[in-house]
Amino acid sequence: MSQTTEGGTVPPRAGAGEVVLEMAGLTKRFGAMLANDRIDLTLRRGEVLALLGENGAGKTTLMNLLFGHYLPDAGQIRVADAAGALQPLPPGAPDAAIAAGIGMVHQHFTLAHNLTALDNILLGTEPLFALRRDRRAARARVRALMERSGLAVALETQVGRLSVGERQRVEILKALYRGARILILDEPTAVLTPQEADRLFETMSAMAADGLSVIFISHKLREVLAFSHRILVLRQGRNVGGMATAEADEAAIARLMVGEESPPPPAKREAPGAPLLVLDGVTLPGEGARAGLDGVSLTVRAHEIVGIAGVSGNGQAALAALLSGLAAPAAGTMSLAGREIRRFTPAGFLEAGVGRIPEDRHHDGVVGAMTLSENLVLEELDTPEVTSGGFLRRGAIRARARAAIADYDIRAPGPDVPVRLLSGGNIQKLILARVFGRSPQLILANQPTRGLDFGAAGAVVRRLLEARERGAGVVLISEDLDEILGLADRIAVLQGGRLAEARSRDRGAIGMMMVGQAA
Amino acid sequence: MIRIEPRAPSPLVNLAVPVLAALVALLLAAIPLALAGADLGQAFALMWQGVFGSLFTVTETLTRAAPLILTGLAAAFAFRARLWNIGGEGQLYLGALAAVAVGTGAISAPPAVMIPLVLLAGALAGALAMALPALLKIRFGADEVVTTLLLNFVVLLFVQMMLEGPFKDPMGMGWPQSEPIVDAAMLPPLVERMRLHAGLLIGLVLALVLHVVLGRTAWGLRIRAVGENPAAAAHAGIPVGRTLIGAALVSGGLAGLAGVGEVAGLKGYLTADLSPGYGYAGIVVAMLARLSPLGVVAAALFIAGVFVGADSMSRAIGVSSYLADLVVAIALLTVLVGGFVSQYRLVRVRAGGEGA
Repeated sequence: MSQTTEGGTVPPRAGAGEVVLEMAGLTKRFGAMLANDRIDLTLRRGEVLALLGENGAGKTTLMNLLFGHYLPDAGQIRVADAAGALQPLPPGAPDAAIAAGIGMVHQHFTLAHNLTALDNILLGTEPLFALRRDRRAARARVRALMERSGLAVALETQVGRLSVGERQRVEILKALYRGARILILDEPTAVLTPQEADRLFETMSAMAADGLSVIFISHKLREVLAFSHRILVLRQGRNVGGMATAEADEAAIARLMVGEESPPPPAKREAPGAPLLVLDGVTLPGEGARAGLDGVSLTVRAHEIVGIAGVSGNGQAALAALLSGLAAPAAGTMSLAGREIRRFTPAGFLEAGVGRIPEDRHHDGVVGAMTLSENLVLEELDTPEVTSGGFLRRGAIRARARAAIADYDIRAPGPDVPVRLLSGGNIQKLILARVFGRSPQLILANQPTRGLDFGAAGAVVRRLLEARERGAGVVLISEDLDEILGLADRIAVLQGGRLAEARSRDRGAIGMMMVGQAA
Repeated sequence: MIRIEPRAPSPLVNLAVPVLAALVALLLAAIPLALAGADLGQAFALMWQGVFGSLFTVTETLTRAAPLILTGLAAAFAFRARLWNIGGEGQLYLGALAAVAVGTGAISAPPAVMIPLVLLAGALAGALAMALPALLKIRFGADEVVTTLLLNFVVLLFVQMMLEGPFKDPMGMGWPQSEPIVDAAMLPPLVERMRLHAGLLIGLVLALVLHVVLGRTAWGLRIRAVGENPAAAAHAGIPVGRTLIGAALVSGGLAGLAGVGEVAGLKGYLTADLSPGYGYAGIVVAMLARLSPLGVVAAALFIAGVFVGADSMSRAIGVSSYLADLVVAIALLTVLVGGFVSQYRLVRVRAGGEGA
């Protein structure tokens, strides 16, 4: 792919403007996780800065620190005042950030659907106890703003009736109306059509030429290369490099995003056996802005871990729902151990020997108000080990829970503790005990180590490897490329609902596939 | 800044909180009593007398508690599945109507046949009345709070229509009331020459049964799982819709039984003012009981006692009998606050260090 951009929208080579924003040593921890680790960043007047990185690299956290949603644990932010002098920004105060000229457009819009576009823009800017609203003057100001910025919106239309692209323009106008000189856009194109996205960036480029500074978060290399002046890459909470867009090339960015070092190949193992799961041309509609599955074919054999890499929202949820029995394909077929599946129900899948580790363990994995032992047997209430004559065999269930607590190192006061009191890692161990207690033939592990500490993550990895040893097939969906490279025997990449097998284990090549560039 | 943290459950707290809440509610009732100018000591003594003063007052309280236990169980069981059955009142009336339909001479058989038949008819009618909103919820996502609540009025008007039409007693001097239930279908009294009837026993037995069902059977576990986290229940292979329908049928059936008890145990015939809101009071009972079937028995006895006691006290010293409603309402509030206190604790934290 070439770096020239289509349509003559080559951004002016800015960067000579004065510094309007300076972040120094920003650090933010969530529990044991270091979300932002001593990040430095400068932004100049009229500059468009692209913030790149994998999911969980810390981009959104950084922007939330800037906008005052989070309090930093260390570091300082300074913003230029109207005269151009850098002033420290009080941490954790969105109103101070707005006053300093920072505007933020969240990935999920914060608009009132039952109000008009104009009212949404004015919302919060008018005094609470004013007797009369000067809507005429306000409307004139918004109109002037629309003309200058090129962001056109039907002001008297209810936001609920506007398209997603129009809603985004309302959000941007909202920020500009509050006097934003620095605009933050969190994945602005994730919900837009390609045409809308191009239009947005053309507008942003024009406004940057007019003096606005823009930071935008993106996963899409094409738009980053086409519309930004400078690129900053975050990885695991650290600023791992930046470059002028003019000097950047895709391979270098992809390498920065996913890192250089390649983990050791998986340990020696038995050759793959019979196919356990065969997907043939499966198509499944997605939900909202998230991609579904588009003609996905995949074979998973015994003694094999297949890693599904990709940026979230590219069909992972649909694939997981399919393999959990929660969704049926609109087209294509699915076979388990050679038999084509016709009824897609979780119970049927469990019976067919599928074990499922859900992505959202709190939401889909456990019932928080129920006890550890009850959650442990939730998937097999019809088996003679758990019930007899419809009654729970409480002694047997408790004994099993005690065994699971010991075998899986679940840190819990006992089998009768409500699961809501356990930590995420221990909930995951409970789910492991439930899944692996049935010796499943096929295992779906969806983001199985996300948010876990080393101990719990290690337990997950060990169980998956043991299952492979035993002859099970594993589908490992993960956004953590290191995890996939370390565990998977084969790697496929989901992008825009399409699944493509990676031909090499090269991080750069896989990274390119993840952002939608042919390797 | 104050943070709210979950705390480990303790059986002692779970038992103590509702009891304390009930006592606090009674104490708080002293405020309006004093405002009404009553002598507090005398008023509470009269209340006590009104409940425990004689065999008659005790049986009256229990008679009042019988339908409350059943409607309370109806609400509690449905609520455990997060199925908000607000339609207990309507289900009660349909149960009563069904009891009248089979119990007023259409069928003639000995009591051993008639009584189960009347009970079954009432339970079935109540169950069907709840099945419709449950189906609408599962199929179309219709909010069952709205549908069950509105069905109450539909049912009550339907019952009035029936009492003016096909069910009207030709010997009733023109009053809109049904023919009397035949003797063979009447629930036997529990105490000689008192109004207390076997409906109370049915409620007590069913409370025990539901306690076992919820705690010790696979079906009960499914109902709790669907109620607490339908997504996880579905993921674990539990048929959410079928489980909800089952809970709905049982809940409606319980409320229907309350109607049977009132008509075949107490009044002997059906009128449109059979229930002074037992269906709605059942919701309060269930909340006071924190949705525990055994707790429902205690809560129903408490509320029945408050009503009977406050009634006789207000008659004796001339304060408004609405005081009973006030005590019940305060008890509900104190229990809700108490429930929160027993599940969570407030922790003071320093500013900062708070993340997503």
